[in-house]
Amino acid sequence: MLTFTLRRLLLAIPTLLVISLVIFLLVDLAPGSPLSQIPLTVPPDVRQKMIEALGADQPVMFRYVLWLRQFFWVEPMNLFDGWFGTHIVEGEQRILSWQSRSPVFSIIGERIPQTLIVIGTAYLVGILIALPIGIYSAYRQYSLFDQIGTLFAMIGFSVPTFFSGTLFIIIFSVWLGWLPTKYDTTLQVIDWASFLEQIKQMILPVMTLGLANAASISRYMRSSMLDNMGMDYVRTARAKGLSERVVVLKHVLRNSLIPVVTVIALGIPSIFGGAIITENLFGVNGIGAALIGAIQASDIPMVQTLAFIFAVLIVLFNLIADVLYGFLDPRIRYD
Amino acid sequence: MADGAAPVLEVRGLKTVFRTRGGEIHAVNDVSFTLHPGELLGVVGESGSGKSVTMMSLLRLLPAPPADIRSGTAKLNGRDLLAMTDAELRATRGARVGFVFQDPMTSLNPVFTLGNQIMEPLIKHKGMTKRQAETRAVELLELVGIPDARRRLYQYPHQFSGGMRQRVMIAIALACDPDVLIADEPTTALDVTIQAQILELVKELRQKLGMAIIWITHDLGVIAGIADRVIVMYGGQVVEQAPVKELFANPQHPYTRALLQTIPRISGERSERLKVIEGQPPILTGPLTACPFRARCEYRHDACDATNPPRRAIDGQAVGEGHDVACHWYALAKVEMANA
Ligand SMILES: Nc1ncnc2c1ncn2[C@@H]1O[C@H](COP(=O)(O)OP(=O)(O)O)[C@@H](O)[C@H]1O
Ligand SMILES: [Mg+2]
Repeated sequence: MLTFTLRRLLLAIPTLLVISLVIFLLVDLAPGSPLSQIPLTVPPDVRQKMIEALGADQPVMFRYVLWLRQFFWVEPMNLFDGWFGTHIVEGEQRILSWQSRSPVFSIIGERIPQTLIVIGTAYLVGILIALPIGIYSAYRQYSLFDQIGTLFAMIGFSVPTFFSGTLFIIIFSVWLGWLPTKYDTTLQVIDWASFLEQIKQMILPVMTLGLANAASISRYMRSSMLDNMGMDYVRTARAKGLSERVVVLKHVLRNSLIPVVTVIALGIPSIFGGAIITENLFGVNGIGAALIGAIQASDIPMVQTLAFIFAVLIVLFNLIADVLYGFLDPRIRYD
Repeated sequence: MADGAAPVLEVRGLKTVFRTRGGEIHAVNDVSFTLHPGELLGVVGESGSGKSVTMMSLLRLLPAPPADIRSGTAKLNGRDLLAMTDAELRATRGARVGFVFQDPMTSLNPVFTLGNQIMEPLIKHKGMTKRQAETRAVELLELVGIPDARRRLYQYPHQFSGGMRQRVMIAIALACDPDVLIADEPTTALDVTIQAQILELVKELRQKLGMAIIWITHDLGVIAGIADRVIVMYGGQVVEQAPVKELFANPQHPYTRALLQTIPRISGERSERLKVIEGQPPILTGPLTACPFRARCEYRHDACDATNPPRRAIDGQAVGEGHDVACHWYALAKVEMANA
């Protein structure tokens, strides 16, 4: 297992290098030198340092290596310096956002908590709703519960979040006036009242995205349960005199969870990437919103960085999904 | 055979129907049989003759729907399994009746250790602690001939061969000292040498533990070596029933005779060519109104098309006790003999 994980980690390195090269070249080879687009509001000395840091006057491959160095050495070490008070990369030029002129990684660092709180909660809520529904729908296949579940899953699948989100805003904010339309990023949770306020403003985005996630995960859970329900070992479990609860929630569920857990792990990067629409709709100032803003403002360093972070996350969670699979299924032997 | 002693299991008039989209399938038709304490009852018949459905009906292990047990009683030590509440039935499954299924490769749960799966019935039925159950599980694995049992306890099914898995299935079925062990073609999926080993194991266990066994197979050759008594099934019903020696010496039903001819026999150096029974088993879309074997029978007669023959005793004993057969041809031949 350990060797497998290490091997996969090593294999991830070339994958990431190729992805980073593609991302770098896509932006770098676009018409006009990206560095010529540095806004004029950037002071000349800073501008000069940025050009040097990214090697604008050097050949493409050299610039790529410099960019990689920036990405894998300067920025992580900056974080390290910040945590442990060391001075390893002090004075090194960092990747700056052309919009705000502050380091890209600092902006991302500020945005990530917003995304994690709202979108992460939505994903979690989606899973928590989906699993029991999927399990019970399979156990009582074709029952009224199952059919209602199927209907809701169909709706959740087919209705895009920008529509359901707008609908929820109209119903719960405009008509009923129960919940705020916009998510207030500046709200600080300091006491009970502000905590309630935070919960209230999270409900709509969490509900919108949570339902969409629950729709697909509950279907996965249901079909995986159904696949296992007819297996011979289930009959063996019943023949041992075990109760239906143990048969279903131990024997069937434990097997059914293997593919579902994998799907859930593979879906986690989409918390960061796939929530762009929801974040924009509700004004959640997260990573998705940052990406949209950066694209609109041609903020190339920001776009490059975010694109690469998404790529890293996808590769990372693919690896995690594989490792989880081996962990959950004793038949998988990697070594 | 313990004549006189009360039977452990007494099945009467069992009827099981599958309700499918294409109509009903009458898989088990009025099956009756008796199992005495310590007896090994062989059940033979081609694939699709209703052997598995009969046995699974007893413990209500068939998915319902589509399975529907229409009528019948199945008294285990005097208590009707088919009339039990679900809770009573669960207390019986695995405790009083152990079940070994055909395919050892799929019958164990792949994600739990063997120890876990053997200990489950012990904890559930015997109220053992985990530690007690573990000790007993090691004993059971040793009993069924698995070496290095304590270490094996923590392994998963995929780490065992087919034969070893079937031994484990037997250990699970025997965990709670059941009165009856039902083995549904337990060696069919195994290769011949392993098959012989499992047969040896069962013979040995039977001597040690003394439970009654129902052994299902489509191979009369297997039955010859282990059974006390045999029922032959065809078309979801019992067509002949006799002590094993009597059945081999004096088979009555044309189907039994045909089955006997399919057993490979080593005679001298050359083995005889295998005979196969021509034709297909019937598709049971309705209640039987004629003999189910008539289409394949060389003794077919008008009576065979008119009614489904009942089981008749041929040796003066009660039906189900001595030798009985469900065949018009037998009855007619007897009348002719009496007239001659
Ligand atoms: N789930 C099911 N649905 C419909 N028919 C079934 C089902 N299970 C078994 N049968 C039918 O019942 C009959 C007896 O099957 P079975 O008892 O499995 O035969 P065998 O003697 O080989 O064990 C077969 O004709 C089969 O088609
Ligand atoms: Mg069968």
